[in-house]
Amino acid sequence: MAVAARNAELTIARRRHVGTGVFFLLVALLILAFFVRTTAPDLTTTFGLNPARLTTALKLPDLVLPSLPSLWFLTVVCAFLGGWQLAKGFRSTGWALGVVAFAFVAAFLIWAARGKSMNLVGMLSSSVLRSIPIALAAFCGILCERAAVINIAIEGMMLTGAFMAAWIGSITHSLWIGLLAAMLASGLLAAILAVLSIKFKVDQIVSGTVINIFATGLTSYLSAKFLQVYQNLNNPGIFKPIPLPLLSRIPLIGPVFFEHNIIVYITFLLLILIHVMLFYTRWGLRTRAVGEHPKAADTLGVNVFRTRYINVIMGGLVAGIGGAFFTIGSVGRFDEVMTAGKGFIGLAAMIFGKWTPLGAFGSSIIFGFADSLQTKLQILQVPIPSEFLLMAPYLVTMIVLAGVIGRAVPPAADGQPYEKQ
Amino acid sequence: MSEQKERALQNSQDTRAQALARLLLRPARGSLWQAILLPVLAVFTALIIGALVIVFTDVQVLNLYKDFFAAPGKALAASWKSIASAYSALFKGSIGNPAEFANAFSVLRETGDTAPLRQAFWPISESLVTSVPYIFAGLAVALGFQCGLFNIGAEGQIFIGALASVYVGYSVKGLPQYIHLPLAFFTGAAAAGLWAAVAGLLKAKTGAHEVINTIMMNYIAFLLSDWLLNGPMKRPGWSPISPAIQDSAWLPKFFPDPLRFHAGFFVALAIAALVYWLLFKTTIGFEIRSVGANPDAARYAGISVTRNFILAMFLSGALAGMAGANEVLGVNHQLASAFSSGYGFDSIALALLGKSHPVGVVLAALLFGTLRSGATRMQSLAGVPIDIISILQALVIIFIAAPAIIRWLYRLRLEREVGETVFTRGWGQ
Repeated sequence: MAVAARNAELTIARRRHVGTGVFFLLVALLILAFFVRTTAPDLTTTFGLNPARLTTALKLPDLVLPSLPSLWFLTVVCAFLGGWQLAKGFRSTGWALGVVAFAFVAAFLIWAARGKSMNLVGMLSSSVLRSIPIALAAFCGILCERAAVINIAIEGMMLTGAFMAAWIGSITHSLWIGLLAAMLASGLLAAILAVLSIKFKVDQIVSGTVINIFATGLTSYLSAKFLQVYQNLNNPGIFKPIPLPLLSRIPLIGPVFFEHNIIVYITFLLLILIHVMLFYTRWGLRTRAVGEHPKAADTLGVNVFRTRYINVIMGGLVAGIGGAFFTIGSVGRFDEVMTAGKGFIGLAAMIFGKWTPLGAFGSSIIFGFADSLQTKLQILQVPIPSEFLLMAPYLVTMIVLAGVIGRAVPPAADGQPYEKQ
Repeated sequence: MSEQKERALQNSQDTRAQALARLLLRPARGSLWQAILLPVLAVFTALIIGALVIVFTDVQVLNLYKDFFAAPGKALAASWKSIASAYSALFKGSIGNPAEFANAFSVLRETGDTAPLRQAFWPISESLVTSVPYIFAGLAVALGFQCGLFNIGAEGQIFIGALASVYVGYSVKGLPQYIHLPLAFFTGAAAAGLWAAVAGLLKAKTGAHEVINTIMMNYIAFLLSDWLLNGPMKRPGWSPISPAIQDSAWLPKFFPDPLRFHAGFFVALAIAALVYWLLFKTTIGFEIRSVGANPDAARYAGISVTRNFILAMFLSGALAGMAGANEVLGVNHQLASAFSSGYGFDSIALALLGKSHPVGVVLAALLFGTLRSGATRMQSLAGVPIDIISILQALVIIFIAAPAIIRWLYRLRLEREVGETVFTRGWGQ
């Protein structure tokens, strides 16, 4: 059986190998057919490297590229990588895929902004902002699933967090209390999820769906009953951006990463914190043991149930911060079902990032980029209907999930309730 | 494969084999009583908690509770009034007002005028009309469950079905009704089926979990329909609405206005019977259920898991598409954006409540249709937002999925569990 399985795996690997090469060539063809063909020879594309708003960062000159030669260059790069992959093959396709993806996005931007100017820094900065709730959702997912509890209720938890932050923040006139309320409410939902899936051993997808329906219903109900009637209950204000001293002065990087509000910095901190805790502390080792082989962990004296409860509730607290970002972190008011699937996209980011905080954060940035691209392109009046651009994040999620870019292996016990014997 | 992993697999296969046996064996007689009692108690308990939500979000009642200890009677009376007005509006909005019925009959006897009678029957007709998409969508989710697939994409599939069938409905001209109507109806079903089959294909070929894929495809479907209704399929004018369908594509109506009750109800019942026959009396159904109970055992028995995942997703999507087609051909006769407003999502609760069995689904759909059409009335008469329905649904699923809570609340004896399907197997294969 082992031999047959290995053979099958080899066949799949070979097929994927050829597929990747063909995919690279297709990208080259796509750039050629859609971008090169429709670009006049004497146009230039200007990328602004300074933010439009007042900034502490050092100024950079704008990046001016001749549109058509740049597009040809990118086509050749993709075609070359595709040919090389088919003829000789890369040992690891990861970086080549990165280059091709980058080339495609660059070609798209150069084409979209041909004869015009586009503020690149502004777009990247908004990509970071849009990736924050996705990243926090992904962190929540990591905390839960590393302990083998599947959490598809992140969406509902964030929605509740967004609602509570707006409501409590408005009542108390304190954004911090709003943030705390968001975390507590989301943590409470997480506790319910934990009880349902750990104690009652309800199928975790079912219990997650229940919490999503419940959260959608409750927040819409309370919003219709109170927030829409009494406008002063839905006016919490927002956390103002704080440029970080020194860091924000770095050109390009400063305005993209270090001129945001406190929730963004909390996300950065959580990224480091969860990474270190998961891989370098006793708690992390226990968590991972519970996720991979709960029986073994139990035998060695780790309390499987307690670990799962703690992790799920911590995940809920993190998701609450993500929810608060929607209201007191960006628009300053609550609207019904405003999370719009970001919790699910966060799950996809978690899978894409192979259940590691760093990977998940990286993929969140990609999703955030796809999201902010669509608004920028609308401004540039690219002749693609905005609905199709809005589809991009969802399509990217599906492509990622299909494992086009390598297989992701979840924690071995993911989703299985633990029975103590 | 390490020895530990092999042993773990062995263990999980044992329990899965038991699950297969459980599913395919008839439930024991004794548990039938609880199989009926538990859903009833679940709905009852959800209504009670819903009442508490209504009371404690009623500002006037809350003000009375501030001096509860001075005048407890006042607060309690106001609470009772709040609940009673909400739930009586729910009842009158969904079943009808008994006084109105009596009055309408006496008018009919004296003058022969049927207008008051039609008015009196209007709530119940609306409830049935609302139940129809629920039956289709509930069957869709239930059929997915039977194959171990969690189709959260019913909502998007409803949109795809509606788009396809409204297109056939308005663009094809000059056909007699007995061709045009079925053509429009089944085009909608087929389009939605193909749409959903993508998720099945992805699951079978790459192991990508259908839950996330169907959710993503929901958003894509909404955006697609937005684009179509604002562009290619827009009728002349400002609003994003499709042209009206030809008369020959209408599902027949039986009564004059305002009664909207139409033939879709009987189509839905027939389809439910068909699904029952397919699932429980044919080889195809047996294979689908085997894959749902235990894919590993099914594969070992020579059943193609890949084929069944794709087939079940196709059928599930087609059923959801029928819900969309039904709304277009039977109720709206055109397509406006955001027409479905949650039938697909509600149907998850509905399928769980109906235990994924066609008969259960039809009963649960009647209940949900009644609740929903009543809730519209409750919103306008008693000022209770319609979203209370979502809260009730969530509570119902919790109690159905964790029957231990209901057993504990009502001190029921534990009986053997029957036919639990397991969806969660991690995100990969």
